[in-house]
Amino acid sequence: MSIDIDTARKVAHLARIAVAEENLPKLAQDLSGILTFMEQLNEVDVEGVEPMTSVTPMRLKRREDVVTDGGYAEKILKNAPDAREGFFAVPKVVE
Amino acid sequence: MLDHLSYKTPEPKVIAGAKADWELVIGMEVHAQVSSNAKLFSGASTGFGAEPNSHVAFVDAAMPGMLPVINEFCIAQAVKTGLGLKAAINLRSAFDRKNYFYPDLPQGYQISQLYHPIVGEGEILVDMGPGVARKVRIERIHLEQDAGKSIHDMDPTMSFVDLNRTGVALMEIVSRPDIRGPEEAAAYVVKLRQILRYLGTCDGNMQNGNLRCDVNVSVCRPGQYEKYQETQDFSHLGTRCELKNMNSMRFIQAAIDYEARRQIAILEDGGVVVQETRLYDPDKNETRSMRSKEEAHDYRYFPCPDLLPLEIEQGWVDGIAAAMPELPDEKKARFVDALGLSEYDASVLTAEVENADYFEAVVAVCDDGKLAANWVINELFGRLKKDGAEIDASPMSPAQLGGIITLIKSGDISGKIAKDLFEIVYTEGGDPAEIVTARGMKQVTDLGAIEAAVDKIIAESPAEVEKAKANPKLVGWFVGQVIKASGGKANPAAVKEIVAQKLGI
Repeated sequence: MSIDIDTARKVAHLARIAVAEENLPKLAQDLSGILTFMEQLNEVDVEGVEPMTSVTPMRLKRREDVVTDGGYAEKILKNAPDAREGFFAVPKVVE
Repeated sequence: MLDHLSYKTPEPKVIAGAKADWELVIGMEVHAQVSSNAKLFSGASTGFGAEPNSHVAFVDAAMPGMLPVINEFCIAQAVKTGLGLKAAINLRSAFDRKNYFYPDLPQGYQISQLYHPIVGEGEILVDMGPGVARKVRIERIHLEQDAGKSIHDMDPTMSFVDLNRTGVALMEIVSRPDIRGPEEAAAYVVKLRQILRYLGTCDGNMQNGNLRCDVNVSVCRPGQYEKYQETQDFSHLGTRCELKNMNSMRFIQAAIDYEARRQIAILEDGGVVVQETRLYDPDKNETRSMRSKEEAHDYRYFPCPDLLPLEIEQGWVDGIAAAMPELPDEKKARFVDALGLSEYDASVLTAEVENADYFEAVVAVCDDGKLAANWVINELFGRLKKDGAEIDASPMSPAQLGGIITLIKSGDISGKIAKDLFEIVYTEGGDPAEIVTARGMKQVTDLGAIEAAVDKIIAESPAEVEKAKANPKLVGWFVGQVIKASGGKANPAAVKEIVAQKLGI
């Protein structure tokens, strides 16, 4: 499968990564290369093989339903480019 | 459990277009906020109405390097919900990332369960009136994170974002397209909400947005839906549109009705319905396209690399199943079968779990289901409504109401006095039996006293005595006089017997 320049532009936009127009052909080519490699991997017959999700037999860690965190709005907002009255302030977004 | 109550399937709603009749096909996606103390993947509080961004952990704010750790209780709540909808529980499920950008979603993706949801197929019996119900199939329930809240009206050029809700656990409950009209869609939400509230897995508060609905609507010609049900092949149905985020039963119905008519008009004009997401505007009563959503629909799902698959044990599920509360359908059937209530009264009493609990507590005291149902529905609900109060705020306890009913049953007070007593206990409080004694409200069953009263009336009313001897029906006049003279306290049955005996009729 090959990725054309339009698809590369679209994927970049969806990921909110700024890619200069002149860099798009190279990006499309790189992505195509990755997908070609994936296609090659797909040739391996894995019928009946359970997907491996971890190299060691681990169980998903759980937490108890207890409030142990939060209560530090000032820290949450500390790096925000703009914050007012306890809120993040962002350019207006309305449907 | 529903064997005792058999149901007829309702007729689908038919809308007459300009050229032909059309039927509706509706599927629902309900987002129900899980009742829990802490969020799905962090230890921050889920409490509503706190100061902005005060219920936010670094995980929720997507600070670099923070990792999600799942709240075990939220898993249990989803399993419990699945069991309540008679659904298959998947012992192995997994989390995926749904990628999109929005200011109230700091991660840039929502952790959800697209490929392997925790709950599989189930069903809901949607009541459409006594003896009529629609069985709606549930396709799946998955766990996911809620987004934050944007406020647009605090500043002319800025939107304000509060992340308190970010990361709270949601259950997305997806139905099959088995719903056949706007009323059924609303009834489906009512029933689902009722079950969730009985289970205690979601508080069902629609005003706060704890229960929100997306509705998929399409229209088809009569006969097509039956072909779909036979084959499960969607090509027999029309193209659907998704109506987003409705949080009132009235809006759900109005939006579906508008949307169906819009689609019918397009089709009868020879046009094509375009599959899209639409927003209902209650002010204008119309739906309009959310074009901005279309591009964002490219969610590029992939398995969440931060979370291992969620594996649960059958024994753990069995433990949750063993502790399940009685559900609305079962409770209703039991009220009808064991307590002798009408299906209508049973429906009224089981609609809200708090009402059912109150009623059962009254029955526990007075041991009479029918009398308790009458008094709870007619007197108590009526009185609470007058005060604009909910059952939780009832000044009368089940023990007090049960006490009043016990006094009626034992013949200590008459039905009329009981209503006076009800008002006294409701407004002043106190023990019904003590009030009756203290205020001399006891029904007089002392035969001597009644006899004396009867003798007095007979002696004072020779003309009526003659009439009554000619026409025994007039005995009622004497009974009325005696009860009136007793201040309503004489036992009517005893009075009637004595009057008849004295008059020799």
